[in-house]
Amino acid sequence: MNSPKKITIAVTGLNATDSPGPGVAVIRALREGFDHIRIIGLSYEALEPGLYLHDLVDKTYQIPYPSAGANTLLERITYIHQQEELGVLIPNFDAELYNFIRISSELLKLGIATFLPTHRQLEDRDKLNLDEFGRKHDLKVPESLVIHKEAGLKKAAEQLDYPIVVKGRYYDAYIAQNEHEASKAFQRLNAKWGLPVIIQKFIKGTEINIAALGDGKGGTISIVPMRKLTITDKGKAWAGITLEDESLLQLARHFSEVTHWRGGFELEVMKDPGGDLYIMEVNPRFPAWIYLTAAAGQNQPAALAKMAMGEEVAPFDTYAVGKMFIRYAWDHVTDVSEFQQISAFGEL
Amino acid sequence: MITMEKLKYERPVIRKMNTGLMNKFGTRTEFEPVKDIDGVPVKSLIRQFGSPLFVLSEKRIRRNYQSAVRAFNTRYPKVQFAWSYKTNYINAVCKVFHQEGSWAEVVSGFEYRKALGNGVPGEHIIFNGPDKKPGDLLLAVENNSLIHIDHFDELFLLLSLCKPLNRKPRVAIRVNMDTGVYPLWDRFGFNYENGQAWTAITRIMESGKLNLVGLHCHIGTFMLSTSAYAVAARKLCDLASRCKEQLQVAVQYLDLGGGFPSTNTLKGSYLPGIDTVPSVDDFAEVITTTILDYGFRPDELPLLILESGRVLIDDAGYLLGTVIANKRLSDGRRATILDFGVNTLFTSFWYEHKISPAQDFTHHTEDMVLYGPLCMNIDVVRENINLPLLEPGDHVVTHKVGAYNMTQWMQFISMRPAVVMIDQGGQPHVIRKAETLDYLQVPESMPDHLK
Amino acid sequence: MKLKPNIATSENGFIFNPATGDSFMANVMASEIVNHLKKEKSIPEIRLLLLEKYDVEQQQLDRDLDDLLQQLKEANLLD
Repeated sequence: MNSPKKITIAVTGLNATDSPGPGVAVIRALREGFDHIRIIGLSYEALEPGLYLHDLVDKTYQIPYPSAGANTLLERITYIHQQEELGVLIPNFDAELYNFIRISSELLKLGIATFLPTHRQLEDRDKLNLDEFGRKHDLKVPESLVIHKEAGLKKAAEQLDYPIVVKGRYYDAYIAQNEHEASKAFQRLNAKWGLPVIIQKFIKGTEINIAALGDGKGGTISIVPMRKLTITDKGKAWAGITLEDESLLQLARHFSEVTHWRGGFELEVMKDPGGDLYIMEVNPRFPAWIYLTAAAGQNQPAALAKMAMGEEVAPFDTYAVGKMFIRYAWDHVTDVSEFQQISAFGEL
Repeated sequence: MITMEKLKYERPVIRKMNTGLMNKFGTRTEFEPVKDIDGVPVKSLIRQFGSPLFVLSEKRIRRNYQSAVRAFNTRYPKVQFAWSYKTNYINAVCKVFHQEGSWAEVVSGFEYRKALGNGVPGEHIIFNGPDKKPGDLLLAVENNSLIHIDHFDELFLLLSLCKPLNRKPRVAIRVNMDTGVYPLWDRFGFNYENGQAWTAITRIMESGKLNLVGLHCHIGTFMLSTSAYAVAARKLCDLASRCKEQLQVAVQYLDLGGGFPSTNTLKGSYLPGIDTVPSVDDFAEVITTTILDYGFRPDELPLLILESGRVLIDDAGYLLGTVIANKRLSDGRRATILDFGVNTLFTSFWYEHKISPAQDFTHHTEDMVLYGPLCMNIDVVRENINLPLLEPGDHVVTHKVGAYNMTQWMQFISMRPAVVMIDQGGQPHVIRKAETLDYLQVPESMPDHLK
Repeated sequence: MKLKPNIATSENGFIFNPATGDSFMANVMASEIVNHLKKEKSIPEIRLLLLEKYDVEQQQLDRDLDDLLQQLKEANLLD
């Protein structure tokens, strides 16, 4: 019998903090999905917890911030590839996707496979374009308006009716009950993130998250819906549970069909009292709770890695309903020399 | 006795390790020394022509122009570029563009006369802008130039000026419009959406005194979206087809203006310009497909005019400079003082200019503020940059400074430096001398009682 | 000019201040000077040693030594 070849997978997003990146969860799922695997962590900062977890991560290299540009990133990955012979690379941050997509064909030439959406797909689901995106693809999204000056606030509020959600260009959102609150939120967001600001209809209902994997041809390989049971003060899931609801699966399938999404994605969905499903946001990558998909029987990170390497992966058809996760905090102990090592040399 | 050769020295520095990234990997692209421009050593340029010094690469200008023209004329049969004088109107620069076949696009009387002086035939000068003096307009009419009318007052002025003349000036109107891009440049030209543009067109036709030959728009500057140009092109096509149907005038050209960005990185933008800025090809694709798909009869397909400036010259310009001093600020940060400031490098107000050392260095780097030499708090070239250790007398190269600096610069505390163009054979030529005290004082005069 | 007691240095140029938990990275020159300070050499002594060993003008070395001491002070490494 041939022993299967060991594969090396590079993963970003090792910041398993109180507002966690998905990297550590992705690695945990990959380790369960492959018997012979070497994991290379890619980190931006010296204190990303994942890079000190040597049971999970074999070796970590620092990579340049996205603002340094795609060329610098490609140079660094090329260097890492020379040391490690990477087979697959899985980026996990929104902010880095643009660059990784840009260099993905160069990476492939080096022999590094990725499984990513296109720039166009990334752009279409951007907050600023979500309204048009919904209209185009017959997906329900909360009605929203993009405004460039505070004067537009009043008109937008009249159209949408209070309460409204005032959202920043990149992050942050406030619920405003009246004109005063809306104007305060506008000013705060403008100061922090600049213009435009997005005004969104407030949808009351139950928040549900769906982790899914699109094959890039309109098909969906895996869908696992989850409801958060409790959240941190930053709104991140602390505990959650898998759900059984055919309409949620249909929504994710419809999304893949119309977008031809390639790679992992998360739909943040609001189910209103009438049962209508609104897509509040589309995250263009795996969520931090992605290990739950593996625990429920659909190992999405492992499936993605296989697809990146060109394997045919059959769509999953069942998952365990009622699987729960409860996130916990754990103080990992290390020595200052490890911190110095990664800080000074960019490798650990 | 053997004398030991001494070891190479480097300024001692320590750096606090924090949760941030080692910049060694962060901005490595900025750490390549740039020791020459088009093969001419930075050191010898500075020795010969002084510091600071603007350097333009003729090779790069021509290459930029040719590839922009190629982007358009491989997609569309009739294309004409007009060099935007305000971007850089040093005569030698303009001449390079005119040699390549570019017309001139000017926005003031003195620019207009500069274009004539550079040998541009009158009918190849496009006269834009809100401030055309009666004398300027008459000159433009005499030379049969293309006058792009900006407002109704100008339209009426032009009508009254050409009453006694036996000539029908060739005109276009500048149209402003909503292309989904903010801010809306509605201070220039006639608005499309509220019908003002159409009113202006009908006024022109009813007068019988003007020859409406084109439609012009210029939707903004440093545009990062190509789709806005599709909207603009479609709206100009709509106007042109309305002219044809309702007024029986076939508009000869559509002028889409300029606004294509260079690959500089705007302040406040997260990703560097070089990765995110659309290429001229991307703009050409949306503009030409919009016009081609609009349904003009093949023999009535309008000439497409582009007034690009920045995208054609920004990356052909460099500003060389010298480190005056290093100091440490009260918070421990390092500050480096250069011999050029915001009065010379005007674009440092809106770009994070890439700056490279011009000599070899070790891998140690420092975070620093780059200050200019002015006694002014606002004289900051880069608020935060990570660079190798620089010593007084070291040289630096600032990249992508060819657009707007050599027109918006000012003498303030220091004079404007020389500008050198390196020709295609690698030979540097002074195309504008460094200013002197005598030059500065030429226009001054002294009242007798102060003599 | 005395370095704080217990400041740990390593061959790689790391400096660790156990009293504050801060780590620093020094280049070769700074590392060498800090090691001299650790051995309680005086600044004039260090100056002579460096002038002998490195290709540097006295004036520049003086200026840079001042700057390094300023950096060490900022870093809370001096007594």
